[in-house]
Amino acid sequence: MRNPDAEPDADASPPTEAGRHATAPPESSDPASTPASPADASVPTTAPRPAVHRVGRGALLVELDDLTQVQALHHSLTADRPEAVDEIVPAARTVLISFDADRLAADRLITELRSRDLSPVPNREGTLVEIPVSYSGPDLGEVAELTGLSEQDVVRRHCGREYRVAFCGFAPGFGYLVGGDPLLTVPRRETPRVRVPGGSVAVADEFSAVYPRDSPGGWRLLGRTELALWQTDRPEPALLTPGDRVRFREVR
Amino acid sequence: MSVERRASMTVHAPGSLATVQDLGRPGYAALGVTRSGAADRPALRLANRLVGNAESCAAIEATFGGLRVEFDAPTLLALTGAPLPAALNGRAIGMHGPVWAEAGEELSLGLPALGLRTYLAVRGGIAVPPILGSRSTDLLSGLGPAPLVEGTRLPLGPRPEDWPVVSQAPVAPLPEIPVLRLHPGPRDDWFDPEALRLLCTSDYEVTEQSNRVGLRLAGPPLRRRVSRELPSEGMVRGAIQVPASGLPVLFHVDHPVTGGYPVIAVVDEDDLPAAAQVRPGGLLRFRLATGPG
Repeated sequence: MRNPDAEPDADASPPTEAGRHATAPPESSDPASTPASPADASVPTTAPRPAVHRVGRGALLVELDDLTQVQALHHSLTADRPEAVDEIVPAARTVLISFDADRLAADRLITELRSRDLSPVPNREGTLVEIPVSYSGPDLGEVAELTGLSEQDVVRRHCGREYRVAFCGFAPGFGYLVGGDPLLTVPRRETPRVRVPGGSVAVADEFSAVYPRDSPGGWRLLGRTELALWQTDRPEPALLTPGDRVRFREVR
Repeated sequence: MSVERRASMTVHAPGSLATVQDLGRPGYAALGVTRSGAADRPALRLANRLVGNAESCAAIEATFGGLRVEFDAPTLLALTGAPLPAALNGRAIGMHGPVWAEAGEELSLGLPALGLRTYLAVRGGIAVPPILGSRSTDLLSGLGPAPLVEGTRLPLGPRPEDWPVVSQAPVAPLPEIPVLRLHPGPRDDWFDPEALRLLCTSDYEVTEQSNRVGLRLAGPPLRRRVSRELPSEGMVRGAIQVPASGLPVLFHVDHPVTGGYPVIAVVDEDDLPAAAQVRPGGLLRFRLATGPG
């Protein structure tokens, strides 16, 4: 579905030299070298960055500075997946990696993780998904009021940026989209709705999302799409997966 | 040449909760789909082996007995997990060994004396359509077949070539109070230093609000040292998450893939089957895992 080996696009903003190597310690990834002590691994003050916490016997939690680094590590791990790794779960500040502890030593994986490049993922990389939206959601007026914009302006600004799926959660196929217009940052509703219809396009905090199916929810609803966000009978059940790029297009 | 008619079984009573389970659907956590699958996986595997199936075949997970099913064709079956009295058309049958059922016979499960989940495997496995590679019912995401109700008809798969090799499997009795080994972290440093000691020296009760998503525990609350909010992060089965109340929740097979409360420790994978057999009102104990990891 995507080509992980694609060269970063020429006109993508280049990472700064400082950003490229600052977080990758000059540690040997040679398995014969002394492995990192597991005791050191979860003490962020003395351990090399990023901090890596153990999660039981079969998982590690990598703690990163921001979402950009989360996306970078997730991108790196999905493009070049270490053997015996079962799940890679990006979240707001962390990436959880579960693995088969019988086939891979945690220390070795920690060393490998610390050698990964954490510079920002080039803008043009990742599948682009366009989502047609009819902007007639029940909270459009309220979002306009909260932001001091006109309803048309809210719609224009919501369609005006390219988003990226940072991570999924809440429900199968529910992607947290980042990269939206900061002026559209609004808090969640004080009282969540008992039922938000599937296909609802919504905003909350710094995120945008599309509800994959009917569910409770407290985000502010701007509109609705006809696209199926989650369908288990197709090879890729989720329309939006972490790392994808997203654009909203207004339809009337 | 005639096509072999697909055998099936029909549910006459599901008991308090009966679902179809196999070894779950790994690999979709990044999309928000948890692994799910049998809560007591060794029991599912054993039940399958006893009827000559691959260990990954789908079977019925019966919660607190009470299940009644009728077979429409001669079928080899096996029961494992929480021990209970069982009968075929009123004739008592044993657990942990293959049993032959004739067409039209009804299997009925009584109530377990100890433990919570009993597995019924049938030769050929349950052949409902798989969703994302698994036939498991995930109660959190609503994936897989709905929980069984009276009248649910379950198709059985083609019989495997292998035949069972044992007639009775030795099984250790379930402990009265399981002791689960803990691996501290990833967020043990968010808690009062006393919290982990308290967790490892107190009895915790599995409350009525427990299910396949999580075991909600009652006991001494665990106090936090860091009070700021934790941005949601990935969660694993066996994680002991501590919400604001301080009362721990042990994440079970259908757990959410991310969570916003700190995890003080994670139960060793090998001890999770024992946790799956504790019924509401039962007790759990924890101790620190020793050795590597």
